Amino acid sequence: MNSEFIKRNLSTSAIWLFIAVELIFFSVAGQYLSLTDVAFMDGGNMLLLLKQSAPIGIIAVGMTIVMVNGNIDLSVGAIFAMAGIILLDSLSWSIFSGIGDWVIVVSVLLALTTGVLLGALNGLIVWKTGVDAFIVTLGSMLGYRGLVFMFNGENPTSNLNWTLVDLAEARFLGVHTATWVFGLTVLIVWLITRYTVHGRNAYAIGDNRNAAVNAGIRVGPHMLINFALIGFLAALSAVVFYAGSGSVNPNDGMLYELWVITAVVLGGTKLAGGSGSIIGTLGGVIAIQLLRTGLGYIGADTSTVNLVLGLILIVVLFIDRQLNVKGAQELKV
Amino acid sequence: MANLARKRILTVMGIQGILIAFVVFMVIFALASPKFLSLDNLQSVVRSSAILGVMALGVTFVVISGNLDLSVGSMMSFSTIVVLDLHDKLGPSLAIPTMYLMTLGLGGTIGFLVGYLRLNSLIVTLGMLSAIHGLTLTYSGGKNMDIDDKAGTWFSFFGQGEILGLPVPIILFVALAAFLGVLLAKTPFGRKVYAVGGNSTAASFSGIPRARTVFTCYLISAFCVATAGLIQASRSMGSQNTVGQGLELEVLAAVILGGASLLGGSGTVLKTVIGVLILGFIQNGLLLIGWPFYIQYVITWIIIILAVWLDISVKRGKFWATI
Repeated sequence: MNSEFIKRNLSTSAIWLFIAVELIFFSVAGQYLSLTDVAFMDGGNMLLLLKQSAPIGIIAVGMTIVMVNGNIDLSVGAIFAMAGIILLDSLSWSIFSGIGDWVIVVSVLLALTTGVLLGALNGLIVWKTGVDAFIVTLGSMLGYRGLVFMFNGENPTSNLNWTLVDLAEARFLGVHTATWVFGLTVLIVWLITRYTVHGRNAYAIGDNRNAAVNAGIRVGPHMLINFALIGFLAALSAVVFYAGSGSVNPNDGMLYELWVITAVVLGGTKLAGGSGSIIGTLGGVIAIQLLRTGLGYIGADTSTVNLVLGLILIVVLFIDRQLNVKGAQELKV
Repeated sequence: MANLARKRILTVMGIQGILIAFVVFMVIFALASPKFLSLDNLQSVVRSSAILGVMALGVTFVVISGNLDLSVGSMMSFSTIVVLDLHDKLGPSLAIPTMYLMTLGLGGTIGFLVGYLRLNSLIVTLGMLSAIHGLTLTYSGGKNMDIDDKAGTWFSFFGQGEILGLPVPIILFVALAAFLGVLLAKTPFGRKVYAVGGNSTAASFSGIPRARTVFTCYLISAFCVATAGLIQASRSMGSQNTVGQGLELEVLAAVILGGASLLGGSGTVLKTVIGVLILGFIQNGLLLIGWPFYIQYVITWIIIILAVWLDISVKRGKFWATI
């Protein structure tokens, strides 16, 4: 009973411990190795870190609930690029030319709708055909990327709308727009997982699908909603990201799925489904961004980031397996 | 009666569906473009699919044993960069075996983690994807690798050479496919791979060493990756650090298209070869009829889902899932 309690707390708070270790390590190491005089835990530095983690973080929140539900989504990078293209391209569509800067609202809504539709299509296929989500989204990762290319060939889609850039660069109470969006996303989806019927059913389905079916839970619609949600969040991430940059390359967002899954797994969500938390994912996202920023701060190469991140992922998996029986189960695909 | 006939048609489609799709595509493209079935064209398709194909052969073993390998793309970049770098330092005859040993070392590490420590293969190979990419960048210092004396070396043989008029990449692909096909279908080891993937617990109780079998599968995968890296390096004689990036999912798509189940326990080398060729011929056929390359992504998407859907709807006896 007591050891059970310790184990559970260890596995949920491990990521925050890890973040604390990172902060201390980079602060101390930075004293000797850093090229600048600014302390690592400088306020501006930390705010920038949160802003940079927003695009991956917003998608990771969606991935958490999809993985809790026992599925996975590999197509988020392609949805991200597609939504970005719709956002920037629709800004200059002639049918919207009469409405001035209100076109931004329309374009953002169009981009988000695109994300929801592409996500829901994944969910519908998973639901109706019964093909595993890994295969369905592996296919749509290619298919959606094809759609992205169809839009503008291999050329980048560019459109710099200064009002939109101002919105992206704005700060409210000293915090960047992107961070606000990320924070609100975390809060809302956390509330959904904790306090709604849909959230609880998502956990139940991921934990034991047959039991959920026998309990009268309609598995398919819940999965559809979750896929639509992650599509929406991938599009939201694109809106946040491209509002400031103003140019989409058709290859953008490639390998995002892998970064996102890494963050979610670091945050303690199980591939087998049924367990994981939004707050843990927030920790995973921050830990990864800290690692990137910190290694850059002490003057390490970008190559070191990949190496360290990969090794940490494996070590976390190993520790987790020692602590947690559910993690030891094979991936059910 | 009609019901029975329909069931039989479904079963045949389920087993041979991928072959039927293959033939249908060939016929469509042959009708659309007279050049499609020419010997030159067929040869060029197989040659350009060889790298993907060689990697898919190894991944087939891993998938049948019930695991995944997402690290093959960055591992291929690693072996390409290493062999190009060592070529100028040690000479080709020493560089190639050294590169094979280093790649097998990486494969062995994954095999140890997944086989003996029983860690989840998706996350381990996801971590290794990132780690090996970092290793490659550290090794090369982020620079592109080039062979200095491109004309004065026999290293180009593996990617550009010919034996009796047949390009060497094709010969390597076919030879490796034949060898691994026999290994999987006709030897005790091959049966162990199916047993471990089909039911790991039952296999353990039957005295089949699960850990060692999985470990060997990852070694085979690493060997295939090293061969793919060799062909790539020898064909281009120079390379970026990210040459294999994204290939892991394309390889997996080819294996799944060939009918291997991600649950493990099913799939064959021949079907994987057909999966690879379908991807190659779609790409080539679309180019010949003048469509842009990215249409193949959309078509691959549709084919993968239809193929797997057909496969499982035969197993459950109806088209739509009831969940």
